[in-house]
Amino acid sequence: MQTITYREALNQALAEEMERDDTVFLMGEEVAEYDGAYKVSKGLLEKFGDRRVVDSPIAELGFAGLGVGAAMGGLRPVIEFMTFNFSILALDQVINSAAKTFYMTGGQLPVPMVFRGPTGAALQLSAQHSQACETWYVHAPGIKLVTPGTPADAKGLLKAAIRDNDPVAFMEGELLYNLKGEVPDVEDGDFVIPLGKADVKREGSDVSIITHGKMVHVALQAAKKLEKDGIDAEVLDLRSLRPLDVEAILATVHKTNRVVYLEEGWPYAGIGAQIAATIQEEAFDYLDAPILRVTQADVPMPYAKNLEQIAKPDADRVVRACNRVLYRNGSAD
Amino acid sequence: MTDTSTMSREAGKGDESMTGLEGFETDQLKGFLKEMLLYRRFEEKAEEAYAIGKIGGFCHLHIGQEAVALGFIGPLRKDDYVITAYRDHTQALAKGVEANAVMAELYGRDSGAVRGKGGSMHIFDVEKGFMGGHGIVGAQVPLAAGLGFAIKYREEDRICVCFMGDAAVNQGAFHEALNMAAIWKLPVLFVVENNEYGMGTAFSRVSALPVKERAAGLGVPAHHVNAQDILATWTLVEELVEKIRAGEGPQYVDARTYRFKGHSMSDPVSGTYRSKDEVESKVKQEDPISLLRDRLFDAELLTEDELAEMDREVRAVVDEAADFAEEAPFPAREELYTHVYSEVNEHGRLFFDGRDREGED
Amino acid sequence: MATKVHMEALSPTMEEGQIVQWLKGEGDEVSSGEVIAEIETDKATMELVARGDGVLLKILTQEGDTAPVGDVIAVIGSEDEDISDLVGDADGGAAPDDDEESADASKEDDEDPDDDAGEDPDEDADTKEDDASEDDDEDEASIPDPVKDLDRSDADEKKKEAKKEAKKDDGDETRVKASPVARRLAEEEGIDLASLEGSGPGGRIVKADVETAVREGPAEKDEPAKTPDRRAPDEEEYEDVPLSQMRKTIARRLVESIGPVPHFFLTIDVDMGRIVEARARINRQLEKDGLKVSYNDIVLKTTALALSRHPECNAHWGGDHIRRFNRVHLGVAVAIDDGLITPIVRDAERKGLVEIAQEVRELAGRAREKKLKPEEYTGASFSVSNLGMFGIEEFTAVINPPEAGILAVGAMEERAVVVDGEIVVRPRMKITMSCDHRVIDGAMGSAFLQTLKGILEEPLTAFV
Repeated sequence: MQTITYREALNQALAEEMERDDTVFLMGEEVAEYDGAYKVSKGLLEKFGDRRVVDSPIAELGFAGLGVGAAMGGLRPVIEFMTFNFSILALDQVINSAAKTFYMTGGQLPVPMVFRGPTGAALQLSAQHSQACETWYVHAPGIKLVTPGTPADAKGLLKAAIRDNDPVAFMEGELLYNLKGEVPDVEDGDFVIPLGKADVKREGSDVSIITHGKMVHVALQAAKKLEKDGIDAEVLDLRSLRPLDVEAILATVHKTNRVVYLEEGWPYAGIGAQIAATIQEEAFDYLDAPILRVTQADVPMPYAKNLEQIAKPDADRVVRACNRVLYRNGSAD
Repeated sequence: MTDTSTMSREAGKGDESMTGLEGFETDQLKGFLKEMLLYRRFEEKAEEAYAIGKIGGFCHLHIGQEAVALGFIGPLRKDDYVITAYRDHTQALAKGVEANAVMAELYGRDSGAVRGKGGSMHIFDVEKGFMGGHGIVGAQVPLAAGLGFAIKYREEDRICVCFMGDAAVNQGAFHEALNMAAIWKLPVLFVVENNEYGMGTAFSRVSALPVKERAAGLGVPAHHVNAQDILATWTLVEELVEKIRAGEGPQYVDARTYRFKGHSMSDPVSGTYRSKDEVESKVKQEDPISLLRDRLFDAELLTEDELAEMDREVRAVVDEAADFAEEAPFPAREELYTHVYSEVNEHGRLFFDGRDREGED
Repeated sequence: MATKVHMEALSPTMEEGQIVQWLKGEGDEVSSGEVIAEIETDKATMELVARGDGVLLKILTQEGDTAPVGDVIAVIGSEDEDISDLVGDADGGAAPDDDEESADASKEDDEDPDDDAGEDPDEDADTKEDDASEDDDEDEASIPDPVKDLDRSDADEKKKEAKKEAKKDDGDETRVKASPVARRLAEEEGIDLASLEGSGPGGRIVKADVETAVREGPAEKDEPAKTPDRRAPDEEEYEDVPLSQMRKTIARRLVESIGPVPHFFLTIDVDMGRIVEARARINRQLEKDGLKVSYNDIVLKTTALALSRHPECNAHWGGDHIRRFNRVHLGVAVAIDDGLITPIVRDAERKGLVEIAQEVRELAGRAREKKLKPEEYTGASFSVSNLGMFGIEEFTAVINPPEAGILAVGAMEERAVVVDGEIVVRPRMKITMSCDHRVIDGAMGSAFLQTLKGILEEPLTAFV
């Protein structure tokens, strides 16, 4: 095992896949000469040259579309959005071209490509630079969505995403890039985590906190706090929102009968809404309490530090939600 | 269909001076005429089939613009790419997609070009290098840049021709894509089928500059051609394709043409946005097929009997396509869930998956 | 030959069109492709072109009038052509194909012409494909329209749901609030939710409440109020006796049983001669210890033995599975003041006759005092009910779900039977087995009864 950052894990995954397959190339704003806005692509230009590591103009719709076209022409593009906030400009190409082409061509043209970059809030970046974009990507069939929360998941899932024959949106966490964690050594061979497999990040029996991406860490903090109250929370990291690991969700519901969904995005028609629908459809008779969601407040992200603090989901709020689904008084809000 | 593309290399040996037909052989010219006649008859058949409900949805006809399809696709090689918007039937035919497959697609049948999943607006045939059939105005332009990028990346000896309507030049995607094509010298020929109207809006009302000048600031060489004149178009395209193959980067053409029919089958031919007189006079004076026919008559290279025979032949092709489409099977129910990643829940209730789960538990 | 001019679908959504203007009049020459009328669609005014050459012979839909897509609105033909047939057709409103019409004549006659007129061109076109058209219709009926399909199943669910509710609530205005998992558990454990007090918000019964109830028995507060035993005054025709919790549970569970459980019954007649002798010997031996075994104890012991040889009958119906027990937990129906209860002799196949006898007496005693713990009367793998002491010759018992079988043991009595060609008097007893057909088939049940009969008639086979 090596202990590396989330950023290094992504860098390793990119380098290994580019090494393995000449059709893989990286394109995006600042990915080459600047080494990447978040340094994820550091050293790749030097290693692979400007044919394969390409600085794009600031034209999200244009270079996302170019990526789709390149995939149609036989390549495996990795398109980096500096952040997914800017990818809203590109959604036409993501939804109408990348996600639909395989179907629309009656199976003639798969679109194997990855759109990647950070999603969600960082710190005091306010409304237009702090938003979780999962919901916009997860609605349409034809595109997958992966949200790694740890360095190991980041590496294993990015390698799987690049090899996948469908377009994959790969959403990272801006505040995760410096997170360190254990990742299998490069010498130990190809480390690939299949898409669509959730991971129990903490075993527990009283309540399930289901979540994805960066929020895994908030969930683990909350579980720690709950432990002091004698509550044993399970944390299930979905890792991939499409395909969804329904089996894993049902397993944890059967076990604890109580669920809190934690996500960084807005509540309205959010990921938690989908998961709650799935649970009530598939495991209604295993619920002991309504499913609660902890999300960002239903407002654009404010700038002021104190307001930002309360707009974002945090461990205390998760603890309160867990107490509520456990019908425990005391910490109720 | 008539194979006109292989003849193009033989051009220049003709002896039909004084008629504007210089540089083309008689057989080739007759081939052009027959090919365009095929497109016309095909679209007329589609129109008829739409009227009696055989074809549904949106259906955009290319009648009046046949020389654009032939002029920009005919000179290409088999493995060159063509990508276009939703007015795509005749471009598909020009790139070698079987008339049967195109018609069956319009009929929504399993034997259609994309197995009944795309319809009129989304004809594809990857093997023939026909990359669709795209429904969002201007969205195919970045895709074309991507195909060009892939060609260059893989050091392939092919080019990409990207059609768009005049309205597409107002889309951001157009400017973003042409800019990237220019900076990376991508092998793409961008063709604006300038039929003067974006649906019901005259181009002059939504652009301060003419079509040709809209690419000027992006560094893509721009050209203009009367695309009702197949010969002028063909000649220009041969020249531009050669430049692109030589690695000079993208080219841009304002191809002036005119749509004889409504924007789609559900729109009027004329009305508030253009007068009946305008359409009538264009049809009379600028029909690309009649123009070529008359030049051939004038040069005494074509007889009325030959023309009638040509028409019989292409009508037979079109009739057969309609019969084929009529008899072709509809896609099976199971096809609903093929060729796409989708979340089919094993437990049966999460998403409707077209399968009957009753009694399985 | 004449050409019919149809009202064409000039937009994807158009269902009918209004004639704004006929640009050609009757008698005018028209050629294919020529505009002959202006039609107002749902989107715009469109031009209708002729699809044949000739003379516009007849206009059937006048300016300002509206016709559905597919209707014949005019006829084009040669000047002196007889088109009375076509015009006749058109009056009918539809545009059927000539050859098709005769085949479909009877159908057409039955139909309201307005229906025909409303046909959309698709259907019209379909009638041309002879046998395919029917298939198409069928296909259409079952087309996987996600919205429609979901609606239907939704509705079904709702109906079922409503039925369930009605059954549960029985007109009660207050629904018992319980979490889904608590409801499921209560049902499995045979616990009446109404008897529990919920610890969740607003008194919602949660899983833990049901688990507690299973451990400790139903809450005290729900015991029926103790009223002095008083006869109703003579003038009253009847007396309303309030239902005890137990009576409620019995009612619910028996209804539940006879309804969804597909019962069938097998009766076997057993010669008890050897058992009578054996019991006498055993009891003589036990006398010094002050013990005694009953015929019922012997039936229980032999039943347990037979079940251990037929595990397929020693089973539960689990909805999506059948649970076969490796041990025999025998439920023994015991009549008590207020009803009946079935305490369980666990691991009965491993216990000796005397042990069983003592345990049954002890359990029955406490059952009458209502002092059984829930685990003492829940979880039997099979049950036995004996009404022999009441002189009942034979009867059928109602299965106690999820168990798959129960034995109804009748009275042992002297009957004349034929043995080896001679009429003799023998002690006989009838045993009737009720089987849940989802678990036990006729042959399975019969084989089990054969074994049981074998042991009772030849007790030595118990050691085989």
